[in-house]
Amino acid sequence: MIDLTFYAEILPRLIAGLPLTLELAGLSVTLGFCLALILALAQRHGVIIPAIVRGFVAVFRGTPLLVQIFLIYYGIGQFRHGLQAIGLWGLFREPFWCATLALTLNTTAYGSEILRGSIASVPGGLREAARALGLTRFQTLHRIVLPLALRQALPSYGNEIILMIKGTSLASIVTLMEVTGIAQGIISESYRAIEVFVGAGLIYLTLNFTIIRLVGALETRLSRHLRRDGNTGGKPVAANLGNVH
Amino acid sequence: MKSLVLAALGVVLATAVPVAHAADAPKSITIATEGAYAPWNFVTPDGKLDGLEIDLANDLCARMKIECKIIAQNWDGLIPSLQVGKFDVIMASMFITDKRLEVIDFTRTYAVDPSAFSVPKDSDLGKAMANDAEQFNLNDEAKAKPAIDKLRELLKGKVVGVQSATANLEFLKKYFADDIEIREYKTVEEHDLDLAAGRIDAVFAQKTALAATLAKPEFADFTEAGPGFDGGVFGRGTGAGVRKADTALKDMLNKAIDEAIADGTIKKLSEKWVHSDVTPKS
Amino acid sequence: MSEIFALLGFGPEGWAAALLLAAGLTLVLSLAGFALGALFGACAAAGRLSPWRLPRLLAQAYGTLFRGIPDLLTIYLLYFGGSVALTGFSHLVGIEGFVGMPTFATGTLAIGIISGAYQCEVLRGAYLAIDKGQFEAARALALPPWITLSRVIAPQLLRVALPGLGNVWQLVLKDSALISVIGLVELMRQAQIAAGATREPFVFYTAAAALYFLIASVSTRVFRHAEEWSSRGMVR
Repeated sequence: MIDLTFYAEILPRLIAGLPLTLELAGLSVTLGFCLALILALAQRHGVIIPAIVRGFVAVFRGTPLLVQIFLIYYGIGQFRHGLQAIGLWGLFREPFWCATLALTLNTTAYGSEILRGSIASVPGGLREAARALGLTRFQTLHRIVLPLALRQALPSYGNEIILMIKGTSLASIVTLMEVTGIAQGIISESYRAIEVFVGAGLIYLTLNFTIIRLVGALETRLSRHLRRDGNTGGKPVAANLGNVH
Repeated sequence: MKSLVLAALGVVLATAVPVAHAADAPKSITIATEGAYAPWNFVTPDGKLDGLEIDLANDLCARMKIECKIIAQNWDGLIPSLQVGKFDVIMASMFITDKRLEVIDFTRTYAVDPSAFSVPKDSDLGKAMANDAEQFNLNDEAKAKPAIDKLRELLKGKVVGVQSATANLEFLKKYFADDIEIREYKTVEEHDLDLAAGRIDAVFAQKTALAATLAKPEFADFTEAGPGFDGGVFGRGTGAGVRKADTALKDMLNKAIDEAIADGTIKKLSEKWVHSDVTPKS
Repeated sequence: MSEIFALLGFGPEGWAAALLLAAGLTLVLSLAGFALGALFGACAAAGRLSPWRLPRLLAQAYGTLFRGIPDLLTIYLLYFGGSVALTGFSHLVGIEGFVGMPTFATGTLAIGIISGAYQCEVLRGAYLAIDKGQFEAARALALPPWITLSRVIAPQLLRVALPGLGNVWQLVLKDSALISVIGLVELMRQAQIAAGATREPFVFYTAAAALYFLIASVSTRVFRHAEEWSSRGMVR
């Protein structure tokens, strides 16, 4: 019933797209995290900057990623002459950088909301205590608030990483041949849609399962001091996966 | 719980559409097109399908005296959906190729529309071979080889856009894979946009589609260049796709297409829509 | 510029009516998918909280599977696989020939299955967040299980779960754009069709983005009101 030779034939071809999937996801998650942290911190004071950040977040959370990738890719194409003038066209001529930009902006929007929430959840008393001890504002942030906030944000951020991995499957609409793009190519020559999608699904599932495990291990490690006995470790991620976009 | 599942299945089955089947002549059929390939098939603002193939489909149905419903479906999904029975016939400017014949069947050819490159006028290829009127049938590869070699020379190292899952892509892969970078797009207008933006150096598509794009003012600096190609990987021209089991339907369609060619209907429609005659020669 | 207004207007060359209609379908599709997802999610959450091993494992496998593979793949699999299964089933009960899955049903089912996996986690988390004392108090008052569930647990569950469910709703809304790949003429597909017919993709994708944003903003407000309403008895 199951045609194993066909799977043996397509799986290596699909896996060939994995490096591109990982590059897209890795770059956008890394860049997105840095930007998200900046945006989350920038929202804490003033009026104008928080309003701008909220607008940015609302737009990127309120529209489908598919539309975002398309608009950024073909939209940038319309501003070719302006970009050539400032020397950025070389970068945005490449589909890879356009897709990375779209994915990064998207994950920045979601990530900044996750981090904003977790920073706000750090008890005010800790900040007061830090100030009473004579720590500067930067020291308080660096030594007290961020370590606690990041640990708190970890499960949600783990989900965000998984959503980004899944998001890279849309990059094929801007000609990038990552796993899903290759899958569609194989279908167009073999017309065996189900087998090919099952194969691709297995690759994503393995990848995401690995990430869930890694984030879970990290979380367990970071919450050693909270454990009352040996049994509560190991599944904090699962308990928090409900926190989605 | 079990009765709930059965009830749910009942609902699904009741709303599911049983599609015409097998050797008996059907009374009504569903024809699928892409709906994004002007002027062959496209959608108007009020949601109606229009274009050469829509007119032709209606004409064929009238000849066969059966009821037809025409729907639009993404290009990528056309053949898989035909196989699983979403509809009965594909009329979407689809070439009859050996590869497609492995999985579905086709009627006879109803149109011949060769493919060619489109490039900026001031590019190497544009300057050397603009509006080359030559025509090569790839069934005779030896004859086409010098022209292909010349194109390879002119396109070396360039990026060429093409719609994915097409015979045009097959052509590029077979003859140009070592010399150019191929980029696959879901639709024709997407590769046209990237051509205009300068992300790619050329596109390769059917001549009628290129003509429709080049007629737009934004594409004033672009031109069709080099000879047109058909035969070989392009198969036997454009035909209507049917499931292999639907032999009666295929025979009916073949008869209707023969009549439409004989009485000049296809010539008339192609002059109306693509301003050239795409009637098959044989 | 005036060309763009003509394209997006209500005139004979304008696509406004078609786009608005498609936005309506997006909304209906999302609502139906979300409702179905609530059913799947509740069943899966009950499975996750079950004292028995098998339902726990099944529910966990369901969640991992559909949150782990890209939604696009789930949709394609259901679309092509669903028809094959349906054709096979109808052969069993004596209907001959091919049976196609209608696209709206496929889209609803796909969104239902995907969002159910997420809703399961939200509902489970909310259930676990309810104070154990509430169950004990209900038992002490000798309330029958049904009353305990409907009068004590459900209102609190909803209050805790609403923000999470709001998140899933936003996810559903955007996932509905992926249903365009199977040919259902919702907002995204309509924008693609208009882009193909006019060769003006930029105009129509921007218009689609604006309509999605509008629906998302309005639903954010609705959920915020619902949250306030459900926690009206809470001391701040």
